[in-house]
Parts: sequence; C-alpha cells; structure tokens
Amino acid sequence: MLFLNKTQDTGNIGVMRNKLKRREPLTDTAFLLTITVSLFVAIYALAIVFLGDKGFSKIQMFFNLFNENAALIVIACGLSIVMITGSIDISVGGSTALICTACIVCLNNYNFNFFTTLILALAIGLTFGTVQGFLIAYMEMQPFIVTLAGMFLGRGLVALIEVNQIQVANKGFEMLSGARIQIPFLGDINKKGVFIQSKLEYGVIVALIIVFLMIWLLKKTKLGRSFYAVGGNSQSALMLGINVKKTKFNAHLLCGLLAGIGGFLYVFHTRSGSVQQATGLEMDAIAASIIGGTLLTGGVGNIFGTLFGVLTTGIVLLVVTAIGSQDPWWPQITRAAMLCFFIVLQSIICSRKKKL
Amino acid sequence: MSRNSNKLYTDRSVSVFKAISRHSLFIPIAFLAVLLLLNVFINPGFLTIGLGRDSNGNPVLVGNLINILNNATELVILAIGMTLVTSSSRGQDISVGATVAIVGGVIMRVLCGSETQPSQLHAPIIVALLLGCLAGMACGAFNGILVSKFNIQPMVATLILFTAGRSIASMAMGGLKPKAVASFGYYGNFIPGFPIPTPILITIVVIVVTILALKKTNLGLYTRAVGINDKASSLNGLNPERIKFLTFVILGLCVGIAGFVQSSRVQTVNPYTIVPSIEMDVILAVALGGNSLGGGKFKMTGSIIGAYTIQTLTSMLTTLNVNTNAVPVFKAVIIIILVAIQSPVFKSFFGSKVSFSRLTAGNGKERG
Repeated sequence: MLFLNKTQDTGNIGVMRNKLKRREPLTDTAFLLTITVSLFVAIYALAIVFLGDKGFSKIQMFFNLFNENAALIVIACGLSIVMITGSIDISVGGSTALICTACIVCLNNYNFNFFTTLILALAIGLTFGTVQGFLIAYMEMQPFIVTLAGMFLGRGLVALIEVNQIQVANKGFEMLSGARIQIPFLGDINKKGVFIQSKLEYGVIVALIIVFLMIWLLKKTKLGRSFYAVGGNSQSALMLGINVKKTKFNAHLLCGLLAGIGGFLYVFHTRSGSVQQATGLEMDAIAASIIGGTLLTGGVGNIFGTLFGVLTTGIVLLVVTAIGSQDPWWPQITRAAMLCFFIVLQSIICSRKKKL
Repeated sequence: MSRNSNKLYTDRSVSVFKAISRHSLFIPIAFLAVLLLLNVFINPGFLTIGLGRDSNGNPVLVGNLINILNNATELVILAIGMTLVTSSSRGQDISVGATVAIVGGVIMRVLCGSETQPSQLHAPIIVALLLGCLAGMACGAFNGILVSKFNIQPMVATLILFTAGRSIASMAMGGLKPKAVASFGYYGNFIPGFPIPTPILITIVVIVVTILALKKTNLGLYTRAVGINDKASSLNGLNPERIKFLTFVILGLCVGIAGFVQSSRVQTVNPYTIVPSIEMDVILAVALGGNSLGGGKFKMTGSIIGAYTIQTLTSMLTTLNVNTNAVPVFKAVIIIILVAIQSPVFKSFFGSKVSFSRLTAGNGKERG
C-alpha cells in the first residue's frame, strides 16, 4: 500500500496529490489494518502448521483466544477512542484492579447480586472517566500525567480496601460466571475419540456487541465523527464548530464506561482480585490499539483493527508460551517488543506523511 | 549568558512581593515545612538525631531526619535526571522504576554470577557499578533514540521499558534471587566506623557534580532552550535531537547510580518489587519543585527539595501505618492538585498570560 502511494505520487502529481490528501487517513488505516490482519492470519497459520500438536489446531483454541481476551477487547475499544481523539488513558489497569476488588468485596460481604455488582463496576469506571475527562478536557492538563495518577490511585485504593488476594465466594455469581455457550456443530475430538463441543463465554458476546456498537458509533454518529475531527486537528475542528473540550470529555467518559464494562468482564472471567490484578493491562490495550492501526497522534484508527490487535497480541503470547520457554519473563518482553515495533512503524509512516 | 541572568534578576527585583509568593521554590519549601511541622505534631521526638550502635557495635547516626535523608537518595538522584528530561523533551520518563530494576539485575549478575549465595564477590564492586551505569545509560539511550529520532511522545516511548524492564531484569539475573556478601552493603548502609549513612554522601557527591555541570557547562542553558522552543534553538545552531538524547542518557546514568545504591541496601534484588511506583514519586518531585511538566525552564534546586519533601511524606504515611501499596493514593491526589495549579486554565483565572505553546504542549500534540 505504501508502495502504491509512491507510484501514484510520482505518476500524476497534480491530480493525485489532491485525491491523496483527501484520502490519506483512510489509506493509513487500511495499510495498518492490512498489516495487522495479515499478521494475525500468518501467525495463526504458522502456529497451526508448526505447533499443531500443542493445541493450536483445535477449534477450541480459537474460541479460547476470545474467552481470555473479552475484557481486553472492551477496554482496548475505549482506549482506541481516546487515542483517536488525540489523548491517552493509562489508568485502565488500575481501575480494572479496583473494580475487581470492589466487586468481590461487595459480593462476598454485602450480599450484592449480579446486577448491583454490574452497576458498581460501571459507576467506578464512569467516575474515573468523568474526573479524568474533566481534568484533561476542561483543565487542559496532560492526559498522561492525569491518567498516571489515576493508575496509581486505582491500585492504591485496592490496597486500602483489601491487601490480600481474594476470591469470589458468591454462589449465584459463580454459577453465572461458569456458564458457557455451546457452539453447535463446532468442536474437537479428544484423545478418547469423544466429540466435545466448543464453548464460548457470555462475556465474549458482550465484547463483540460492544465492538460493533463502537464501530457504528465511530462511523455513523456525529459524536464518532467529531472524535476523528478533534484528533486530526483540534484547531480546525474548533473552526468547524465542534466543541473540542466537550468531545474530549466525552471520549474519556466513554473510555471510562468501557473500562467499567471491561473491568466487570475481567472479574466475571477471573473471579479473583488483588493489588497486582491486571498489571500491564493498560499497556496491552494501548498495544492492541496501536497494532490495530490507531495512530498515537490522533485522528486515525478503527475499532475493527483494535479487535485484531487484541487477537494478534493474544496469539503471539500463546505462541511464545507454547514454544516451550518456561521462563516467566518472555511474554512481557514480547509484548513490549511488539509495541516498540509498531510504534516505530507508525512514527516512520507519520514522518513520511509530513514529507509528502 | 551572564547578561541573561542579570536581566532575569533585575526583572525579578521589580516587584519583591511577587518574587516571594511566586518564587519557584516557594511551593516546595512551604510544603516541606508544613510536612515537617505535621511530623513534629504527630511525633514530638521527630527532629532528634542521636548516635546509636548497629548490630556490630559500630557507631551510627539514628533519627527520623537521617532516615529521610538516607532513603531519599534514589529519589533525589532520579529527580535530577528527570528534571533535565522533562525540561528538554516536554514529557517524563515513566520507565525509571523498571530501569532501576534492570540496573539492579545487572549488578547482581556481575557480583554473584550464577550462584544464589556466593561466599565472595565475583567481580570488583567498581566493575559492577560501571556496568550498572552502562546498563542504565543503554536504557536511557534506547528511550532517547525513540524520543529524539522517531519523535515519539516520551511517555509512550518509555511505556515500552516500563512494561518490559522488570522482566528484562529478571532475565538478566537468570530467574535467580542472589544475595551478595555483606561488604557490598557498605554503599547502601554504613561503612563500618563511619556514622553517616553512605547514601547521604553519595547524594552530596551527585548534587555537587550536578551543580558544577550546570554552572560550568552549557547543559542547563541548552536544555532549557530546546525545551522552550526546539525549532528556535535549532535555528540558533543547537541540535535539539542530540540534546534530548543526551538528557535521556544522563537520566540513564542517574538510574545507574540509584540502582547501585538501591541494590546495595539489602544486597539483593527482587526485580518485580524493587522501588515500586518510584516513577510516580520522581515525577511528583519534579512537579513539586515548581517545574512545569510541559517542559521549558527548570529549577534543579526545586526538584531536589521536592524529592526530600516526597520522602518526608512517604515516611509520614508509613508512621501513620498506611499500607505501602496504598501510599500512592495520597501522592496521586497531590500530583493532580499540583498539575492543576500549573495548568493554563487555572492560571488564567488569576490573570496571568496563557501562552499558546503551553496549551498545545498540554495536549501532547506539539512535535519538533
């Protein structure tokens, strides 16, 4: 795609320049999305061929990729939106840890049920979103500093509530959390020759619904389009009559809401909470967004790419674990290396864009 | 340069009152004084310094103030480097905690080899120190290249090492948790027979070197120039990329020294728990010192006082039996308040001018 740009540019500069300028964000997105999707497919295919005996050829493996990452998908959606607006949020890991512990404490000690827990999770997420959004949009503070403080605040509050690791001890919640959807006609044959249907967690359905909602929101609604406008160039967005501050605030609010949902899915999946819960989640979410083609500079990105970003990181981590390295440090280093690669790639693309 | 500073002083003397209330060291000193008063209020014997004896019978200075001065060493050293990075690149390095872990891991590996409880050191301590500093500077150079060459926001660039650093440290130590012999502990505790904790002496040396470097070289001037406007500084013949890179390498050197002191304190390193959330403390120290987190002018003295203030706060919270994991809550609130006071919107309420560059720097959009 990059190559294509170049030939067009040298061929018919006058006309093409105009066309290119109009379509530039789209080309970037498409280019980065192509890389991500093909990377995912390539890694998955290679894993099936070379590591098939380690479970990669099983269909359940594919569904597990979703089961494990449902919360991350939702949180990464929120981060993509914030990053499209040209801001960032690194507090999601902290708020997730807080949601996990708070929900479990309430479930165990205060007789909360499924719905009140959900409301609590959303409330925590929204609180983070509102406060950070206000500070960033209306007080014009650096998003990184504000959300860094939010991150430590979240983890610190966990320690104030409960220092030790805790588990859910609530029958109703456990039953709901253990429920699985049986996928018809899909499944694997185990060693004994018995056909086992593939299972999907309910959280994945929620995550996918949110992904499609967010795609719709970004593509079709006024709010979604203003996110892109503000991220692309807040000055010209202001001149177009968009309320830049309000848009930024809304982005953070939405991210907070999604972090709340994601945090709830996280506790729904893991059923445990601790101070160290979800360490590095913010980093995973940012990596997923970046890998999915969201530019750090804002204005470019889409949720579909983010979904594939999550899946790509997920499959890479599975491969790294399956390759046989038992050392606990490889997953984290791989994540960082991938993030580094994509950040540098983006930076190169951006600097090319400036030169054009 | 001298004419410049003269002009600065005459400007300042125009209104004395403004100079006092708006003096860049006003916030940190006032904050420190309040904290010390609170401490004295909580514990009347807070300020006493006595001469005690350690378990081996050597004379040592004991007292809360000595503890604060001692424990603040890493913070002060890191704050010095962070001030330069903040000033030149308009962002902060959030990987300092992780890189301290890397340095600790390297030092432990050099000193202990692959033994868990070696009876003697495998290499002279000076070699370990040099290699540790080298590791720190390599990390700094990595961050510096990402920031200066690839134009990535400092906090995003350092997010990479922030995530991977502690794992890399674990890898450097081969997954072991070796404990070095007691003689390595002199640098983080006491040299036998000398009552002042060694870290305090190291801090003094580092501060003196910093002051000399800022007075005798153009480092401070160039850093400020690049931070205030890197395009203008490049038109004036500076190389902003190189200066940004240099500040990150200097921070790396600071990380190396801090990691050395930290790993010497207990002669062992747990990469996953060493200096938890120190990046927050360091950024807080810089902000508390009256430095704008949006870059530009900096006040090194402010950062150093800020670092001691943070350590006082930490030790006060510990005295009040706050869980160590919960301490960041208070710091997070304080940093939000501090940055809010610095923010252009807050300032415009009080009638001071809002510069356009600060607005855009606040959005993290301005690029070189």
